[in-house]
Amino acid sequence: MVKYVSQPSTKKNISITAENLKSCGNSLFINARSTYYLWDILMYWIFTFCGISAVAAVLGISIYMVLAGIPAIQKIGLIKFLFGTSWNPASPQPSFGIFPMILSSIAGTLFSVLLAVPVGVLTAVFLSELSPKWLYRAVRPAIELMSGIPSVIYGLLGVVLLTPLVRRLENFIFRGNISHTFTGGANLLSAVVVLAVMILPTVIHISEISIQSVPGELREASLALGATKMETIFKIVLPAAKPGILSGAVLGIGRAIGEAMAVMMVSGNAVNLPLPFHSVRFLTTGIVTEMGYSSGLHRQALFSIGLVLFVFVLFLNLFLESMLKKGGGSNA
Amino acid sequence: MPDKFPHHKRLFDTAAKGAVTLCFAFTITVLASMLFYIAIRGISKVSFSFLFSQPSPLKGIYGILPGIINTLYIIVLTLIIAAPVGIGAAIYLNEYAGTSRRFAKMVRLIDFTIETLAGIPSIVYGLFGAVFFGETLKLGYSILTGSLTLSLMVLPIVIRTSQEALRAVPKSYREGSLGCGAAKWYMIWTVVLPCAKKGLTASILLAIGRIAGESAALLFTAGAVSRLPGNWLTHPLSSGATLTVQMYFGVSSGKYIDEAFGIAFVLAFILLGIYFLSDFLTRQIYDRKG
Repeated sequence: MVKYVSQPSTKKNISITAENLKSCGNSLFINARSTYYLWDILMYWIFTFCGISAVAAVLGISIYMVLAGIPAIQKIGLIKFLFGTSWNPASPQPSFGIFPMILSSIAGTLFSVLLAVPVGVLTAVFLSELSPKWLYRAVRPAIELMSGIPSVIYGLLGVVLLTPLVRRLENFIFRGNISHTFTGGANLLSAVVVLAVMILPTVIHISEISIQSVPGELREASLALGATKMETIFKIVLPAAKPGILSGAVLGIGRAIGEAMAVMMVSGNAVNLPLPFHSVRFLTTGIVTEMGYSSGLHRQALFSIGLVLFVFVLFLNLFLESMLKKGGGSNA
Repeated sequence: MPDKFPHHKRLFDTAAKGAVTLCFAFTITVLASMLFYIAIRGISKVSFSFLFSQPSPLKGIYGILPGIINTLYIIVLTLIIAAPVGIGAAIYLNEYAGTSRRFAKMVRLIDFTIETLAGIPSIVYGLFGAVFFGETLKLGYSILTGSLTLSLMVLPIVIRTSQEALRAVPKSYREGSLGCGAAKWYMIWTVVLPCAKKGLTASILLAIGRIAGESAALLFTAGAVSRLPGNWLTHPLSSGATLTVQMYFGVSSGKYIDEAFGIAFVLAFILLGIYFLSDFLTRQIYDRKG
């Protein structure tokens, strides 16, 4: 006979860890019972392994990106690589300067976010504070759906709908200007607009959630003190929702700076300084354009671009982390 | 607007309301017209031969069957890897490590790496996949390389949404099961997982949506071949373009814009279905909870 000694847990949270299970298994249960607990310990380790897989993935990606990206930087020289202004990998005296690409990436991301965030936040304000319920019910799922639309589709729409408009605008502005290189609508402006439209649903969705989560008491107190509805929204609700809105903006930045395909289709893809009617190449599109046929140092340099992008995004993430911590701290 | 407010306040209120409404109208017009445009230009392109043939410049036909098959292959292979690992990680975070203070550091580390994974641009995943799976593991341009790469990419989505699903299971269920003498794994298998079934399905559906829409990470891992599989078993080892990649090449060659709209329509249709299914499932969870 197996003797069962019950061990009522005195702790409030019942948590069975591998250690006390092992001791349970040793002292209490024999034979059939022991396989039952063997499974338990086995599954614990399997789940631990799964949990660590994310850490392993990040470590692996970091190590491989550094290993693949460093050789070219060493050969070219860090300063020359990051701040060189000419990208000419195919010439007999190749030069690998990605400064125009870095600037284009930053400019494209910055302007698209500057375009999308105000519009997105105001749309979210309407959606959560002013819109009638039937409209809210219809629009909210649509916006959530839009944020899942593949970027290639945004690119396609950009090519078909946006670039002809931009071309007309360009032709109008630079009429008779011989020194201007005409881009046929594939330029930074198009890329910015496509990126802005692409991140808009994300920004709206996250802003809307953070506006909804502002406690109702704040609104009521403000209204009771004699503020109008819009004063309440702009002076009370939006400041209170700021951390959430900012994290939505940072998410938008991350999505815009990492976007390759949509930008590729509308930006014209020549290495130029980022001016609205210049054909530009982003860091991401620099990789996509030449990865297919590059070899040797050129290919290594593309991996270095990937490394630069990766480091960029890591810093963005660290920034977001610290910002959210600060935001949470001030709320508490 | 009641009369009790002074004039300048009323002015501000009206102006602000106008601006907000205008923004909303603008956004909705842009987004809705995009959807309608895709639908109108795409639906005329979708036909039986478009859906069920392979592209052949010789015969002058453009079909997306290889794209559909490759997409399905990649979805299935990616989920075979990412779904168990992702759900396992969510179980670890939620059921094992999250409940005790001993693992607090570990949980913070894993949380941070998940955020990092979620933020890495897909093109960087593509580069990593091309070097690691393609060259180091010698898988070359193949559907398998693409799936392995994507399984890293969707991991954060699967983990995060599975955690949500597990969190929605009431604590009392777990306590009841443990109180009856079940071991932890038995409790998870018989109580927590069945209760979280719908949420977990929703998380997998989200991952499917992400996989179906991905292109940049697949360009240098899964390749660009649009041909029907010769051998269904070894097909994962050969190169294959998904719908999005096929669409990208169609647009960038400039020849298949109309066909690209057809693909866009099919993709949007699939994503719509996935969205409504996962929305339906999550709503059921919250209904039960409430």
